[in-house]
Amino acid sequence: MIEFDPLILARIQFAFTVSFHIIFPAFTIGLASYLAVLEGLYLYTNKTIYKEIYKFWIKLFAVAFGMGVVSGVVMSYQFGTNWSIFSDKVANVLGPLLGFEVLTAFFLEASFLGIMLFGWDKVSRGMHFFATCIVAIGTLISAFWILSANSWMQTPTGFYIGDNGLLYPSNWLEIIFNPSFPYRFIHMITAAYLTTAFVVGGVSALYLLSNRFTEHAKIMFANALLITVILSPAQLIIGDLHGLNTLEYQPAKVAAMEGIWETESGAGLRLFAIPDPKLETNKYELLIPKLASLILTHDLNGEVKGLKEWKKEDRPPVAIVFWSFRIMVGIGIFMIILSFSTGFLYLQNKLWNSFLLKIWSYMIPSGFIALLAGWFVTEIGRQPYTAYGVIKTIESVSPSVYGPQVLFSLIAFVVIYTLVFGTGIYYMFKLISKGIYIIEEKEQFYAHGLESSIIQKENNNV
Amino acid sequence: MFDFSDILNLPLIWGILIGTAIFLYVLLDGFDLGVGILFPFAPSDECRDKMMNSIAPFWDGNETWLVLGGGGLFVAFPLAYSILLPAFYIPIILMLLGLVMRGVAFEFRFKSDLSHRFLWDYTFHFGSLLAAFCQGMILGDFVQGIEVDGRNFAGGMFHWANGFSVMTGIAVIFGYTLLGSTWLIMKTDNQTQAWSRKSALYALFYVGIFMAVVSISMPILDDRIANRWFSIPNLYYLLPIPLITLISFILLFKNIQNTQSEYKPFFLSIGIFALGYIGLAISIYPWIIPYHYTFKEAAASGPGLSLMLVGVVPLLPLILFYTGYCYYVFRGKTTHEKMY
Repeated sequence: MIEFDPLILARIQFAFTVSFHIIFPAFTIGLASYLAVLEGLYLYTNKTIYKEIYKFWIKLFAVAFGMGVVSGVVMSYQFGTNWSIFSDKVANVLGPLLGFEVLTAFFLEASFLGIMLFGWDKVSRGMHFFATCIVAIGTLISAFWILSANSWMQTPTGFYIGDNGLLYPSNWLEIIFNPSFPYRFIHMITAAYLTTAFVVGGVSALYLLSNRFTEHAKIMFANALLITVILSPAQLIIGDLHGLNTLEYQPAKVAAMEGIWETESGAGLRLFAIPDPKLETNKYELLIPKLASLILTHDLNGEVKGLKEWKKEDRPPVAIVFWSFRIMVGIGIFMIILSFSTGFLYLQNKLWNSFLLKIWSYMIPSGFIALLAGWFVTEIGRQPYTAYGVIKTIESVSPSVYGPQVLFSLIAFVVIYTLVFGTGIYYMFKLISKGIYIIEEKEQFYAHGLESSIIQKENNNV
Repeated sequence: MFDFSDILNLPLIWGILIGTAIFLYVLLDGFDLGVGILFPFAPSDECRDKMMNSIAPFWDGNETWLVLGGGGLFVAFPLAYSILLPAFYIPIILMLLGLVMRGVAFEFRFKSDLSHRFLWDYTFHFGSLLAAFCQGMILGDFVQGIEVDGRNFAGGMFHWANGFSVMTGIAVIFGYTLLGSTWLIMKTDNQTQAWSRKSALYALFYVGIFMAVVSISMPILDDRIANRWFSIPNLYYLLPIPLITLISFILLFKNIQNTQSEYKPFFLSIGIFALGYIGLAISIYPWIIPYHYTFKEAAASGPGLSLMLVGVVPLLPLILFYTGYCYYVFRGKTTHEKMY
């Protein structure tokens, strides 16, 4: 019989389920905020067009949110099934963070989502807007706690190790606001907003290209463009600050991101390379001299530590971190160029017939790819630790879990997720191609008339 | 660093809190899993639309209690979390996959073409069925006790599959069916309600049988449980529990058949679940991993429990308040039309 290594399988399983999961929250964080803005505009201007746009996106929101919830429930149990030793050791420190996420965010989102989706005729306009805002805030609170927990695993502080080997908290503020948390939180929220903006912009571009719902699409496109023009360059600066923070606390990760083996002064930025962990060098290197030092130390001749400073077993996998980082940064830079050139044409009123719209329509998945690549960098770059410098991955896995068990569940996850989420994405595209439902004037009058009248309330009470 | 360990019995408080969270999960997801189990047997598509609409605004919130149950165990009793979850590896994964399938069916059913809507009807049904069955199996094996070595689970891969756990798995399916059908009596009318009454009666019959079997077999399973219930004076104190359960059964039986009674069947079913749950808790107390660790031994350290308690005291009432509000907003009978 073939030996299945439970550790590798458990890691693949976690990587698979968490990667699938993060796609949906990333989209819903951004979309929830956008929906809140749309409903606010609708209430403020009383223009039906905003309600129509709202009602279009909320359908996609519902599908994405549902998939986010169910794939998230899986995550909260996987810590225990596959990583029981890790759970046992860190629960005193990380437990409350996850506990607060459930109490302050999950219930809020789940409860008010019902009103947001089904409550148009059941509650007042103000209450409905309130529900939308609560859901949007809920997604941000949720991100706050989970990123705090994740960042603690990257830069653990505020704890001590007891005689029994378990971790105990010594300072909650140091745990929650650990050194990498502020950077990671802002970086992720910005990424979520950008991802959503490129979806909204891309879908609008599709409508504009096919001459459907042009009035709506122009508004949506302008909204998305405004966000990307501001946030894509901002993200570059935030990312740079985040990188400097990583250099301070996790220099091995930075060495892998940059593909630097020897400690160098005036290290070059590798544009292309194939890192070879056996020979401890790069093949086919193409570099810009001194640029890596300039970016990382803000000094042309600054020193950057190479991977050889760490023992072989303490280094993260290099190639995947190196390349994921390049994919993320590459997409990010392209986003800036596209946003600025589109913004330029927009101001000159030349945008609506431009070939740039075509590019925007191809950009729909770009945010998701960059986001996943970024998470690959930070999570794989943390290896071989689960809690950096404190607990190794190999010491975290459940001891009683058998290879075949993990393999079976991995296959089950891959099959079910592919089917279920594949269908979900199919339905989302179907909703997009079906388009925006235009509320007829008569209907609109009718709905408004009823909303404010007592008759409606009496009907509800029956 | 504040720590209330000296002034409060934190493990006990948390035991009660987690116990309540799990019970609320069982009730709330119980009725919507029950609706899923009943789904393909409904007399018409219009009925099915109504059934789905009756739970669509709530299922998200209901499932959140499961996250709180799992997350809460991690926070408050990490040792139990890190022993029980690997122990029930396969049934937990199957349960989660079941929940994934039924969860997405809500969104997909209304968006699919009529021609392949039946696919999502069955996904919804089998997902619900699988989740309920796995939960029952986990419960059944949990009360029998598992193998533990130090701070780790030490049993085999398939210890959870045995006659007793299969029986409790089926029992939970019927239990949820009872909750689901009495929920539908409350939320629907006409044809759907009449059919729900028939289903409820059917489920009630089996719930009665399974509750009797479990009640008889638990004391036989372990001497400690027998002692807890049958030693004097415990017997006198605990006797009201089976008696009230019996009375609830008779009342429920009458109310299901009384077409004027729309709300009582659901609340009586909740009562029966509560009594069964209390019965289980009495049998197992003080074990959190029968018969290796008590809840005190498995509890997290004082500072963590204290911090969480500071959070829970204002947050839990708030959560219950707005959850209640959502149920209030969507009160009354449901329609079969698309809602958004």
